[in-house]
Amino acid sequence: MKKTLLTTTLVLAMSVLALPSQAADYDIDIKGAHAFIQFRIKHLGYSWLLGRFNKFSGQFNYDEKNPNAAKIEVNIDTSSIDSNHAERDKHLRSKDFLHVSKYPTASFVSTSFRETGKGKAVLKGKLTLHGVTKAITLDVDHVGHGADPWGGYRRGFAGSTTLILKDFGIKRDLGPASRSVEMFLSIEGVRRK
Amino acid sequence: MHWRTTQDHWGWLSIIIHWLTALAVFGLFGLGLWMVSLDYYDAWYRKGPALHKSIGIFLFSLTLLRLIWRRIEGKPAPLSSHSARERAIARHVHSLLYLLLIAVMLCGYLISTADGRAIEVFGWFAIPATVYGFDKQEDIAGLIHLWLAVTLISLVALHALAAIKHHVFDKDRTLQRMLGL
Repeated sequence: MKKTLLTTTLVLAMSVLALPSQAADYDIDIKGAHAFIQFRIKHLGYSWLLGRFNKFSGQFNYDEKNPNAAKIEVNIDTSSIDSNHAERDKHLRSKDFLHVSKYPTASFVSTSFRETGKGKAVLKGKLTLHGVTKAITLDVDHVGHGADPWGGYRRGFAGSTTLILKDFGIKRDLGPASRSVEMFLSIEGVRRK
Repeated sequence: MHWRTTQDHWGWLSIIIHWLTALAVFGLFGLGLWMVSLDYYDAWYRKGPALHKSIGIFLFSLTLLRLIWRRIEGKPAPLSSHSARERAIARHVHSLLYLLLIAVMLCGYLISTADGRAIEVFGWFAIPATVYGFDKQEDIAGLIHLWLAVTLISLVALHALAAIKHHVFDKDRTLQRMLGL
């Protein structure tokens, strides 16, 4: 009996070891548009102006057994900025702000991910925006994960951070209340098969 | 001086339209370049573009009326001292000026209406959007608007230099006719 138990344990242990790693790659769901990159900035200090980037792509890797090894990479088409006003978007794409003809892509590459409990985490990485690369930190919520109704497996996070425009060489003055912009990212990834 | 154009004279209506257009074109060009350089907190940051658009709509209407009027009225015969080559160049430059004028204003219209918004004219009425929603419409129309405007102003400079040349060097009545003299 003892021997059988030992054998079973060994076999189980071996099969666990033999199992492929639980780490999985996820593609951000662009096709289904279950991912959003939004921003808000104060207008004159009297209200919030909201906008978003419509085109971006990216993937992340997440292992439930080793969550702190998670990685994410996102590339954003800066010309896809949309603040629901064509003339303003034209201005935002110009040299005064994003200068998209020169800097068509903004990218974020993570350098560390640390879960802090209760579905919260701190994500650090390098953001390249307007040709300037800087380390930034995002507060992350692990929103949820599981099988979707169509045979796939999904996992989603939400993250936010505040960027100071001048740090990225965007010097246009919009007033004292509008020197920083809050970013909000909602990312749903579909696990690669 | 007659209000209608004859074989020898421009009618004063045509003359007024010509100089109003000149004033508007120079004004819009300067205003256009200046307004996009303004600080966000400048009092003209909003007034500048609003004025630019309003004047633009009026100039566009005036230009359409002008083309109709030109069709009805014709134009004075070229001065006999002008060579065939001079006449041909003048004709082509004038056609190109009209073409650029219309094209610049249409592109301007396509910037401001790119998302379906109407153009307010002095707050009196609004011109609705008709062609909108194309990807990056405001950027493409904006780029063309700027370069056509620069081309127009260059051609206007040529047009003005030619008028001065006729007045000062050829000592003919080309410029005087457009001044109603």
